[in-house]
Amino acid sequence: MHGQRIQPTDEQMSFLQIVFYIFAAILIGASIMVVTVRNPVRAALFLVLAFFNAACLWMTLEAEFLAIALVLVYVGAVMVLFLFVIMMLDIDIAQMRAGFTNYLPLGIIVASVMAGELILVMLSGEFGSAQMPRPGGHGETYSNTEALGQLIYTDYVFAFELAAIILLVAIIAAITLTLRRRPQTRYQAPEEQVRVRKQDRLRIVQLPSGKEDDA
Amino acid sequence: MDWVLNLWFELPVLVQIGVKIVAIVAPLMVAVAYYTLAERKVIAYMHVRVGPNRVGPKGLLQPIADAVKLMFKEMIVPTHADRYLFIIAPVLALAPALGAWAVMPFTDTLVLADVNASLLYVLALTSMGVYGVVVAGWASNSKYAFLGAMRSAAQIVAYEIAMGFALVGVLMAAGSLNLREIVLAQSGGLHQWFFIPLFPLFLVYLISGVAETNRSPFDVAEGESEIVAGFHVDYSGMGFAVFFLAEYANMLLISGLTVLLFLGGWHPPAPVAPFTWIPDLFWFLGKLAVIAFLFLWFRATFPRYRYDQIMRLGWKVFIPVTLVWITVIGVAKFFTPIGHWFG
Repeated sequence: MHGQRIQPTDEQMSFLQIVFYIFAAILIGASIMVVTVRNPVRAALFLVLAFFNAACLWMTLEAEFLAIALVLVYVGAVMVLFLFVIMMLDIDIAQMRAGFTNYLPLGIIVASVMAGELILVMLSGEFGSAQMPRPGGHGETYSNTEALGQLIYTDYVFAFELAAIILLVAIIAAITLTLRRRPQTRYQAPEEQVRVRKQDRLRIVQLPSGKEDDA
Repeated sequence: MDWVLNLWFELPVLVQIGVKIVAIVAPLMVAVAYYTLAERKVIAYMHVRVGPNRVGPKGLLQPIADAVKLMFKEMIVPTHADRYLFIIAPVLALAPALGAWAVMPFTDTLVLADVNASLLYVLALTSMGVYGVVVAGWASNSKYAFLGAMRSAAQIVAYEIAMGFALVGVLMAAGSLNLREIVLAQSGGLHQWFFIPLFPLFLVYLISGVAETNRSPFDVAEGESEIVAGFHVDYSGMGFAVFFLAEYANMLLISGLTVLLFLGGWHPPAPVAPFTWIPDLFWFLGKLAVIAFLFLWFRATFPRYRYDQIMRLGWKVFIPVTLVWITVIGVAKFFTPIGHWFG
């Protein structure tokens, strides 16, 4: 689908096309590996590779802000936390494979429904190089980041602010759900540690020496 | 001279870019090698020792000897390690550290790729450096390496947020995501450099930079007194050398970025005669060297942070500080008479 969008008009286009096919091939290969590879850590790393190549594809469509944000947010933060969790799991691969035949029918049904839906959407006539021509033709001074910022903070400012508030609520909800104050846990209070003075902790006493006691 | 230029422009673009990349990476590698020597010498003098002084005059050939030694050592892959990931991990650590140099403007004209969103590009690439550490720790199949990887992952994610917010402040002040334009926004002398109006962000950025590169006093990922050498405990020979290169290349990168973002890049402290005699490139490299020296000074001076203190500093101190200062910049820029100072 994407391949048709990039029409080779000159030498540069055909170079872009080569680049596109390289990234697309790696992207598809990595995506297949995500679902077929047995080791979950490797699967997560292939997902990272897939994200990275998707970002490269967006870059060829002059959407550099989205591309870099994808790398920054998904590759740089989300997937690191994912890996963090997956690495700590103690997964028994043999046990996981035991249920394979049981789940196979359900899996096939879900997969075929999803594939059918995708095919319906694709064939609906809403997609294709006619409906979505390759964006581009912008001059050298065009900045995708600036253009996006202009749109977000003018035309779509309410939608954008609303999304921000929803995310804020989600953050607060996540923190409240996981925050447990257990009375037996001892916390450090750095501000009290800083405020402490010598006379609060140290007491100098004059003890009579031992000899006089004996006498 | 003209025929050389003509010949240069006759070359295919790919060859031209390749030559430019070599022209950046080769001096960078030499700089990294001698940065390690500088570290040993500087710390030695701070400890009232002498440091390496046996190989070559005054020990100047020591990094070469180290490199040769590491190259000829056997690279051992531990039993039950994930072989491919074990070998890929150092590459994953080094590649972003070198890739980010592509957009580094050394002077107004000397830059490999003058892209629009170069600040974002740098942030995205440096955020990928953590994979080298995490993958190495996991693939080694060793407790200590794994502990180091876990610590590093949590620490880097925490400090990246503060670092990102510090960069938001800079781009608000400069009004651009392009590193070259950010430096140009600071032209006109010392008082225009962003470290004055953005002083809290400058501190946050510098300290987060030390934390991001896993340097002392934030070096819990290596923590040689607790977990041997952390994530790279099982690496030997070239694998270890590549991790080493990545760490020092990252330190130089963070130093360079600090100079570009807060210390006026290639601009002299005042645009008047005695300062302007020195070429721009030397101003940039000189400032970079000062910040790079700070990294070594920190290591010789501060004891290592405890892990919970690191987390507290990142989440509860730096992030609120940056958030407040971003608001201050916004208000100051548009509603106060000193707004021009903020860019």
